[in-house]
Parts: sequence; C-alpha cells; structure tokens
Amino acid sequence: MPETVLFYVFSAVAVGASLLVIGQRNPMYSIMLLITAFGALSALYIQLDAPFVAMAQIIVYAGAIMVLFLFVVMLLNAPQEDAAQWDRTHPLRRPGVSRFGAMLAVLLTVQLVWALLRVTDAGAAVGGRGNAAELTSVRSVGRVLFTDYMFAFEATSVLILVAMVGAVLLAAREEKR
Amino acid sequence: MIPLGHYLVVSAIMFATGTAGVFLRRNLITILLSIEIMLNAVNLSFVAFGRSQGTVDGQIITFFVMTVAAAEAAVGLAIVIALFRHRESLNPDAFTSLKW
Amino acid sequence: MDQATLRFVIQLAIIGVTFFMLINASAALVLAERKIMGFMQQRYGPYLVGPHGILQPLADIVKLLFKEELRPKDADKWLFTLAPIISVTAAFAAFAPVPWGAETTFGGLLDMPVKLGVADVNVAVMVVFAITSMGVYGIVLAGWSSNSKYSLLGGLRSSAQMISYELAYATALASVIMLAGSLSLREMVDAQDGFWLGFIPRWYVFLQPIGFLIYTIAGVAETNRAPFDFPEAEQELVAGYNTEYSSVRFALFPQAEYINMTTMAAVATDLYLGGWHGIPLLDRFGLGWLWFLAKVGVILFAYIWIRWTVPRYRYDQLMQFGWKWLFPAAVLNLLATAAFMLYFNA
Repeated sequence: MPETVLFYVFSAVAVGASLLVIGQRNPMYSIMLLITAFGALSALYIQLDAPFVAMAQIIVYAGAIMVLFLFVVMLLNAPQEDAAQWDRTHPLRRPGVSRFGAMLAVLLTVQLVWALLRVTDAGAAVGGRGNAAELTSVRSVGRVLFTDYMFAFEATSVLILVAMVGAVLLAAREEKR
Repeated sequence: MIPLGHYLVVSAIMFATGTAGVFLRRNLITILLSIEIMLNAVNLSFVAFGRSQGTVDGQIITFFVMTVAAAEAAVGLAIVIALFRHRESLNPDAFTSLKW
Repeated sequence: MDQATLRFVIQLAIIGVTFFMLINASAALVLAERKIMGFMQQRYGPYLVGPHGILQPLADIVKLLFKEELRPKDADKWLFTLAPIISVTAAFAAFAPVPWGAETTFGGLLDMPVKLGVADVNVAVMVVFAITSMGVYGIVLAGWSSNSKYSLLGGLRSSAQMISYELAYATALASVIMLAGSLSLREMVDAQDGFWLGFIPRWYVFLQPIGFLIYTIAGVAETNRAPFDFPEAEQELVAGYNTEYSSVRFALFPQAEYINMTTMAAVATDLYLGGWHGIPLLDRFGLGWLWFLAKVGVILFAYIWIRWTVPRYRYDQLMQFGWKWLFPAAVLNLLATAAFMLYFNA
C-alpha cells in the first residue's frame, strides 16, 4: 500500500515537472524543473529494484548534464523567448496553433498508451519474476555489462571521446589572426 | 504491487510531453531539454520492462542511453553556442538562410 | 512496548541524534576554526563569550538572525531563496547513508541489533557522491541569481572547481571499491576489521596511501576550503557567490560548507581509516562510535590546520592541479590497485 502511494506521488511529480518544463519562458526555471523530474524518476527506478541506475541518473543526468545546460544558459545570457519584435509577430505564436499542437500531443499520448497497454502481461505486477536481491546487487549488473555487452561498453567509451573532441572544436572561439 | 502498465503510461505521457516541447517551443535550449525528457521516458520503460522480465538487461541498456544522451547534449550545446555567436538569438527561426 | 515499536522509536531516535550531531558539528567547527586559527597565530581565539569563548557560535548565530534580510532588486526571486536551501539540504542529506557505529542491541534491550546510521543502502558510496554533486547547484544558482558580477564570477568558478575535482574524488573512490568488493559503506568498514601481525589495523590507508591523499585533497577542493577557496576569498572576489546574501540565507552557506566538511571527513574515516574499528575493547561494549568521532575529529583538525598554514591557489593553478595532476594520479592509483589485486589474487 505505501508502495502504491509512493509510486503515484513520484510519477505525478515527474509528469507534472515535465509538463511545466515545456511551458516555462525562462530557461533557468525549465532546467530546475527538469532536475526535479529527474529526481522523481530516480525514485521510480529505486522502486523498480534498480538502485545503481537511480544513482547513476542523479550523478550523470541531474549532476552533470544539467550543470552543462545551466552553464550554457548562464554564459550565453540568452534573451528569453519572444523578446524581439519579430518573435512576437511570428505565425506560430498565435493561440490557435498552440492549441492545435497541444491537441496533437494529447493524441500522441493516447496512441502510445493504447499501444503500450496491449503489450503482453501489461497488467501483471512488476516484480513478479526475478530475484529482487540479485537484481539490486551491483555485482550482477557488472557481470552482465562486462560479458554480454562488452562491445557496446567499449564503443561507448570511443563515443564519449569523440563527443568531447567535437564539443571542444565546435565551441572554441575562432582565433583572430 | 504496481502493474507494468502504470509505468508504461507514465513513460508514454513523458515522451509525448517531450515531443510537444520539441515541436512547439521556439528556444533552442528548451528544445534540447525536451529531447532529454524523451530520452528519460524511454529509460523508464526500459527499466520497467527489464524488471518485469526479471533480468538486469533493462538497467544495462539504460546506461548506454544515458551515455549517448550525455554525448548528444554536449555536442548539441556546443552547436548552440556556435550558432548564438553568429546571430545573437536562440530562436530556431533565426537560422533560415538556407530556406528557398 | 513490543519489539517492533521499540525498534521504530529507536531508529527515529538514531535519525534525530545524527541530525543533532551534524548541527552541533557545524557550530563546534565555527568555534574550533577560530580557536585553532587563533592558537596557530599565537593568540587566543574568541575568549569573552562564555568560558574561554565556548558560546561564541551562539553569539554568531544570534547576530546573523537579527540582521536585515536583503535581496537585490533585480535578483531572481525564486532562485535567490532556493540556492541556500539546495546547498544546505544536499549537505545534510549527503550524511544519510554514512554509518557511524556498529550494530548494537543497546545491551540486550532489543532482540535484533539495530545499525547505527540513518540508512544502510547497498550503493551508499554512490548516494553520497550523487548528493554532493547536487550541492553544486546551490552555489551556481546563488552566483547567477544575485545579478551581480562578483557573485556570477564566484559562482561559476566555484562550481567549475567542484565538478572538476569530482573526477579525482570518484576515481580515488573506485580504487577503494575494488579493494572492498562492495559499494556499501558498512561493508567497506567491516572489511577493515581485524589486525595484521596482531597490532597493525587492517585499514585501507595502509594499502592505499596515495589514494587517501588524493581523496582528502579532492575533498578539500570539493568543499571549497583553503587552499582551494579562491572563489570565495575575501581579498579576490568580495566573498564570491554569497556577496549579496545576508542574515539567514547567508548563514546557511557556511553551515552547508561545514556540514560538507564533516561528511567528507566521515566518509574518509569509513573508507580509509576503518570507521569505528581499531580498538577491540570499545567494539566489545558497542562504543566504537566514540573512536569514529575521534577519527573524524582528527581529519577535521587537519582541514583547519591546512587552511591556516598554506597560501591560497590562484584559480588557473587550481584548475590545472585538478585536471593535470590529481586526476592522472588517481587513474594511475586505480591501475596500480587493479594490478596488485590481480597479482595477489586478493
């Protein structure tokens, strides 16, 4: 019973914060709300017997990627949305368009929910199969990661190196000759 | 105990929210944030499916998704910085010089 | 009262005691810092308030509470108030997975022993690391939302420093995790039980001396303490990110800093100095937590000692040290540990 209450609380926070993220004018508020959503998701992962993923979510997403976003927003000191005159008279700013877009988003939600609920045993309780003690242990995650998924692991490290070099090259100031 | 469908519904709502954000917002940073929301929604359904199968594979795929999201956020933000230096605007409609 | 309720009450009491200990630790550190600083500079520290100045922190808090709450006109209303809240919440929450005593039944009062510590998680090390990396937001938001040049520079520099030293911190942690074979802090402490040759305790500091050095240096840099406190140095940046703060909001920042120091010291004690193990007599009576407090006190004294002895690093020297010296040293330490473990098949 308390499990169900916790699930509803955390999913309400995650969904509510995500909806607020796309509705904010100030990107700083969007970032702080997204961090809240990530925290709620992390709690959901703990409920799904994945504590390592939950902590990795906080360390990587909320602690590193969002700091990156925050730095970029602060350093660019970006003007907020529809500040300029030509922003305000943009055709996409009319209320009719926004409402149509929101309706399409709701339609997408309905489609996704309909498709996902037709998955086999979508009504079965999560946690029926599998040994919870073994799944929460980091040892089993490490064992599978370094044997079955070894190639993906090594490829990911190359990917991070490439991304690092690419980001530095793209954002570097051009030398004034 | 919570049915698998509940987690999938949460994931679906977050994914649609992210998609709406990508299409409806006119600020490059907010568009990148919406992409992160979509990736997180997918992570949630991976972990939920992995748990319902009783294996640890769902968690492992989540690591790879997180890593790719980190790399993509870094490169995406570098592109945003480079773009901002040219036009002093974060509105994607300011970068339409290739349009006919 | 039956065992289940008694257990519940005792666990609540343990949480209360931990919180109380942390708050007292921050107050005691305020006094200790000024007294030790004073004695190192051949003068008495605070001397007037209470016998030998013991009530000085009380006077400090009362003074801060009675100051006027200011907020710059163009400061972001929500983020300006949220920043110290994030700092202090992250500081307190980071201490939650840290165990500070062995399991005890309180002399037979309980049937099953209860663990002395707020929470025993199987990924405790990662939880501490995750929550301390959330503390960066308090500083970066404080710097940005104050709408002032000094604050912004201080906030950016401070948070860049913190995220840079997190790398060396995590890599030094990884070496200890390899030795212990577990991410749980309680299991790591219990792996350091016992003695070699009858008198050398099995602490990891003897197996990983360089790792211990790297961890403490990274810990000092993480908490923005000297010699790595350039972003909040008075002579350079007019107090950096907390320039525009006053009264209660200001008081929360140094408190967060002292609690972070205590958490770092406690985690270092658990990881490298054997936690509460080392004196079998105390372990037998369940008083190992006294020995734990003594070790944490020694590390905190070392923190204060270093601050008032060593000059401050300049910001670029600080960043170069973190990226070019400390992080490669931590990686080499990790490789060496892995090689030794393979060789000795430990």
